[in-house]
Amino acid sequence: MKFYRSHILIGIDDASLAAGVKEIEALLRNELQKNNLSDEINILETGTLGHFGTGVSMLVYPEQVTYVNLKKEDIFEIVEEHFLKGRPLQRLILDRSLTQNYDFNYKRRIVLSNSGVIDPENIDEYLGAGGYEAWEKALTTMKPNELVDEVKASGLKGRGGAGFPAGLKWSFTAPIVADQKYVVVNADEGEPGTFKDRLIMEGDPHKLLEGVMLCAYAIGASKAYIYIRGEYKLCIHRLEIAIAAAREYGILGNNIFGSGFDLDIFIKVGAGAYVCGEETALIESMEGNRGTPRSKPPFPGVAGAWQKPTVVNNVETLANIPAIIKNGAKWFAAHGVDGSTGTKVYTIMGDVNLPGLCEVDMGTSLRTIIQQYAGGMIEGRTFKAALVGGAAGVFLNDTLLDVHMDYNSLREYAAVLGSGAILVMSDTVDMVDMLWSVLRFFRHESCGKCNPCSKGTALLFKLIDGIRKGKGKDSDLEQLIKVSNGMQKTSFCALGQSPCMPIASAINNFRQDFLTRINVK
Amino acid sequence: MYEEIFEKYTPEKENLIYILHEIQDAHPQHYISEEAVAKVAEYLRIGLSHIYGVLTFYTMFSTKPRGKNIIRLCESPPCFLKGSENILRQLRDLLQVKTGETTADGIFTLELCACLGVCGNAPVMMINEDVYGDLTEEKVENIINSYKGGEK
Repeated sequence: MKFYRSHILIGIDDASLAAGVKEIEALLRNELQKNNLSDEINILETGTLGHFGTGVSMLVYPEQVTYVNLKKEDIFEIVEEHFLKGRPLQRLILDRSLTQNYDFNYKRRIVLSNSGVIDPENIDEYLGAGGYEAWEKALTTMKPNELVDEVKASGLKGRGGAGFPAGLKWSFTAPIVADQKYVVVNADEGEPGTFKDRLIMEGDPHKLLEGVMLCAYAIGASKAYIYIRGEYKLCIHRLEIAIAAAREYGILGNNIFGSGFDLDIFIKVGAGAYVCGEETALIESMEGNRGTPRSKPPFPGVAGAWQKPTVVNNVETLANIPAIIKNGAKWFAAHGVDGSTGTKVYTIMGDVNLPGLCEVDMGTSLRTIIQQYAGGMIEGRTFKAALVGGAAGVFLNDTLLDVHMDYNSLREYAAVLGSGAILVMSDTVDMVDMLWSVLRFFRHESCGKCNPCSKGTALLFKLIDGIRKGKGKDSDLEQLIKVSNGMQKTSFCALGQSPCMPIASAINNFRQDFLTRINVK
Repeated sequence: MYEEIFEKYTPEKENLIYILHEIQDAHPQHYISEEAVAKVAEYLRIGLSHIYGVLTFYTMFSTKPRGKNIIRLCESPPCFLKGSENILRQLRDLLQVKTGETTADGIFTLELCACLGVCGNAPVMMINEDVYGDLTEEKVENIINSYKGGEK
């Protein structure tokens, strides 16, 4: 292997592509070549570098300097100053006042351990980082039921939103005898404010594939599908490359590692419907139908895709599996807290300095996440609220900043971890407007299958729209809560059952905002 | 055109969404015509009603002709918080259309959409396959002009 004195990591994601990263990278390569530096300095394309709103960014090792908001004309200066003369260009370095406390938390990362570090389009880099060791270990030394037991013992819960124990889900399907079983990856990320799965797939697609493989072996599935939303073009591209490479290396295919186990993975592209995140709706969509949820039981674990036993897992859930199998359940459970083991990937946005993502132990407080991993509040603004868990989440106020973010602690406050989206709002934001936006979303995304949801989401929006336009009555608040509670009890799937959470929390925690709107005539 | 697309897929219902995606992408007006639906129904041997059911369910499909470029502005809470309503107002003024309409010259269709998963850069819009984030009024005007000038 060649030795380089310096490595430049360029973050490639939707945001940097939009900012023209490809042109800038080409120019950089060209400039390095011109200065005879190509043999000394290595350029690697990697996933996101972890913070957004900073255009094209690159991280230079060994100095660990992050350049942000790069323009083409900056490249000449960087090559001259930094790579020829060895003086990092202060002007373009990410503002230290924001990053001195910024913590990538690499030591504790599980899911994102390679993201922003390796080239996601090169399988050798994943192998070099210890990739596919768990897969080899499982196939050559473990029985399928041992995998299920290990995942059960780890305490891993589904990361898609519902938090159902992953090992338990597998254990329903594993013992069923069937001519065909399936693993389906739910990559139809649509919860507003959630983009963790996109970043996992963009930054480390092989980790997801390895998780899929381990799940398939554990439950005895020979086919797996990744159902991914159509807008995630870069994810689709990188997964296609990764699957092709895995096939070429014999990591996928027939009689893998001489074990007699066969597996192949396919990508299915969605067409834009929030409800398809519900697992039975997702399966309907995969089969070429309208994505409306099915009646349960039977659960997908018994009769899922094409009526065959199917395990549907979220991207982040599966991306945790390789580390669990490789290092053991005990190692995994040493992350996080009782009842919520492991780490959680959060996406943080809104009125914070460094919107982006972080992966931290379960149980980390909201305050720490905002301060340490999102650069704190935008200057001059104070914290008012956070919508945690996406549209189907809960509005928390400042008295809950120190609540530990884990399943049990949040439940005490009738809150949920959900998908891990954290939308931070400052004192200038009116909760009537925010709830209006949330309820508009539900009205649009209701699939129309059941009456409580299709009629209910329309009624909820009408009520909040009236309040927002200054035509509200005091009784509208009770009506919002009453209707959404009714929907929670009677709706067919989680979509119609969810609006009660943002509604109750917004009204209970920020009642004054609503009363002010209602009483201004 | 249809034959070329059909050749890539076996005539099974599970391929319906793919076939519709491809037909829509290949049409200069980015929509699925009655003729297309009839052809697909014949190829897959499924009812017209099933295909229309699917078409009208998913927001990425259209049964009406659209402009050369499709603008999809995100209206979900994170973008809303970061001022997507102002951007929408500006787009309507710039293009002289209402939401869902196509400009008189057929260059743009303005649509709203749910979360695109690029919330770190809110407010965000997609034009065709390209994502534009951290939108400001100045930025939007430049972006629209770059499409008008035929650069893209």
